[in-house]
Amino acid sequence: MTGTRRVVAAVFLLPALVLLGALVLYPIGYSVYRSFFDQAGTGFAGFDNYEALFTDDTILTAVKNNAIWVVFAPTVATALGLIFAVLTERIRWGTAFKLIVFMPMAISMLAAGIIFRLVYDQAPERGVANAVAVSVHDTFNESAGFPKARPLPVHPLEKAAGGTFVSKEPIRAGEPLRVPLVGVAPAKMPGDARPATVTPTPPGDRISGTAWLDFTRGGGGKPNVVDPEELGLKGLKVEAVKDGEVIATATAGADGVFTLPASADGAQLRLPADNFREPYNGVDWLGPSLVTPGIIGSYVWMWAGFAMVLIAAGLAGLPRELLEAARVDGANEWQVFRRITVPMLAPVLAVVLVTLMINVLKVFDLVFIIAPGSSQDDANVLALQLYRSSFGTDADLGIGSAIAVLLLLLVIPVMLVNIRRIRKEGRR
Amino acid sequence: MSSAPDVNTARIGRRKAVTRQPGVPEAPKAAQSLGARIAARAGGGVMRVFLVLVALFWLMPTIGLLLSSLRDPQDIAATGWWKIFTAPSELTFENYQRLLDNSTITGSLGSTIMITVPSTVLVVVIGSFAGYAFAWMEFPGRDWLFLLVVGLLVVPVQVALIPVSELFGAIGIFETTLGVVLFHTAFGLPFAIFLLRNFFAEIPRELLEAARLDGAGEIRLFTRVVMPLGGPAIASLGIFQFLWVWNDMLVALIFADSESPPITVALQQQVRQFGNNIDVLAPGAFVSMVIPLAVFFAFQRQFVSGVMAGAVK
Repeated sequence: MTGTRRVVAAVFLLPALVLLGALVLYPIGYSVYRSFFDQAGTGFAGFDNYEALFTDDTILTAVKNNAIWVVFAPTVATALGLIFAVLTERIRWGTAFKLIVFMPMAISMLAAGIIFRLVYDQAPERGVANAVAVSVHDTFNESAGFPKARPLPVHPLEKAAGGTFVSKEPIRAGEPLRVPLVGVAPAKMPGDARPATVTPTPPGDRISGTAWLDFTRGGGGKPNVVDPEELGLKGLKVEAVKDGEVIATATAGADGVFTLPASADGAQLRLPADNFREPYNGVDWLGPSLVTPGIIGSYVWMWAGFAMVLIAAGLAGLPRELLEAARVDGANEWQVFRRITVPMLAPVLAVVLVTLMINVLKVFDLVFIIAPGSSQDDANVLALQLYRSSFGTDADLGIGSAIAVLLLLLVIPVMLVNIRRIRKEGRR
Repeated sequence: MSSAPDVNTARIGRRKAVTRQPGVPEAPKAAQSLGARIAARAGGGVMRVFLVLVALFWLMPTIGLLLSSLRDPQDIAATGWWKIFTAPSELTFENYQRLLDNSTITGSLGSTIMITVPSTVLVVVIGSFAGYAFAWMEFPGRDWLFLLVVGLLVVPVQVALIPVSELFGAIGIFETTLGVVLFHTAFGLPFAIFLLRNFFAEIPRELLEAARLDGAGEIRLFTRVVMPLGGPAIASLGIFQFLWVWNDMLVALIFADSESPPITVALQQQVRQFGNNIDVLAPGAFVSMVIPLAVFFAFQRQFVSGVMAGAVK
């Protein structure tokens, strides 16, 4: 070992060591030091800042959310990655599939955030998640028709309990019932509603009526009269009620006409509240309770491909003879998967899980972009809180540094495992 | 956790295409009853359908954004992108036109390039030097220094945000492109050194000894022998670092000049100011994705091997 050799080595290493020392190592020391001082940075605070991590509500939410993240995001992404890797193994277009699922890895978390803001858009007509939710919901429950409809004071109806409307007069056989309402925007009317008609009561036994929107566009209609062009309230439900019991129900057709049996004579006409319920508007994906699972979903979309590619590489390395031998011995695919594939992949699965856990600890962009301002506190995570504590209004660098140290402490076990492994390998 | 994989063979597809002869069943027939065979066939069909659905599900968010970026702002406000399929309205490049007329956005693309390219080059160059030193030079403390670098692999950038912003403030490079580049370089180095040192260590000793006997000095050896041989690993590292820096938002948010931020920060400001103006955000997000996706598709293999080596970063 000559002197020049040492000088050359020093020259080769110097730039790297200077940068690592100044921007990685020194900050670690400084963060630890700063975390023991108060907001101003002058008074010694002991462990106060660390205590604040577990007592301050906002930060505690971040700690809890991060725990949820660390438990769920890596496991879901790894499970999906495993499933995809195993299933695509024997499919000709497996590579194309892998490309599609892996692609989100290449884009920024910011772009993914914008993509999922659109997916989770609250309005069912814009956000695909709610469009699906609403169509599924409406398949099982009829959507309500006329949320803001109401009678005018001159109308023969009045407001009753529970959002219903009832007739002021009892039903009388022999004259057509009139059910006029206002307050439905023309755009919200059923597309196939037709101008309302009044059918004279059929002789004998039945009572007919008309439910219509008592409003002529451009004005000129008379209240309580079925003017031409006024549309029938298609789908409006009416009930005949006697002594608190519903004895008959009917639904208005496209021209607003409905018929009740003769037994409804003397009963009270009631419009049930179902008619006026707000239509189902989907799920509040980015509201307080669902915002974290929602953002975790976007993370899984980004990172399942990563798990899949690593696991697929592990699968390619498995001894095929072993799997074939098991199949020849009569094991079915599930048994082969459970008893051979998964145990042999355990090291790879562990690497994927740990990598994702470390990655999830630092999740910032997705939460920062997807969570609307109103849910930011509910969706809070450590990295976001660190940003807010360090660079937001009313910054407290003591708290920010304490969060940084906490993040560092959480990755130290992995650091030690890495170092031990390299030491074992690296005795050249 | 995972040692550096063989850079030459890592890719998304299979290492060796395992081609099956058509008509040859997977397992000997004797071991499978007819019922089991039928079940396996049906299962295969279900599996294929499932995978097609998953693929569509995975594509849908991106397609939604793409189609939204090509619609008129009024259409976007009124209906979802899937309406294109039932009532094809005019698709238009107007949003992109407006975006590219917007000097903030075009300037931010320039800033992104000004940050990404130097960061990538610096990490490759400095990392190669250090990687070579760790692989082939003798000096005291070599092993424990390398272990220190390995330890730094998993340090979260969050640890450095406060100290480095104060440090940069003190030396006057806070909120400058230089500061962002130095930060990204420093945090890219542990991985770079780890990857390249392992790769350089694989070079046959005889090759280096022969060159030394021919009178090549360390520097010549490095530039003429080691760097050319290190091509694949250097490509992986470059691609990985390039995407990493291009896609970064947090570091730029803090250390970049807020007057001329990179594209991620510029779009983030849009989100903060206007919330959901998809007519700007959708084309903006797509413009920011074009280069990473092009790099991804062009250099899949290098990217995957970089990702694999970077597991547990």
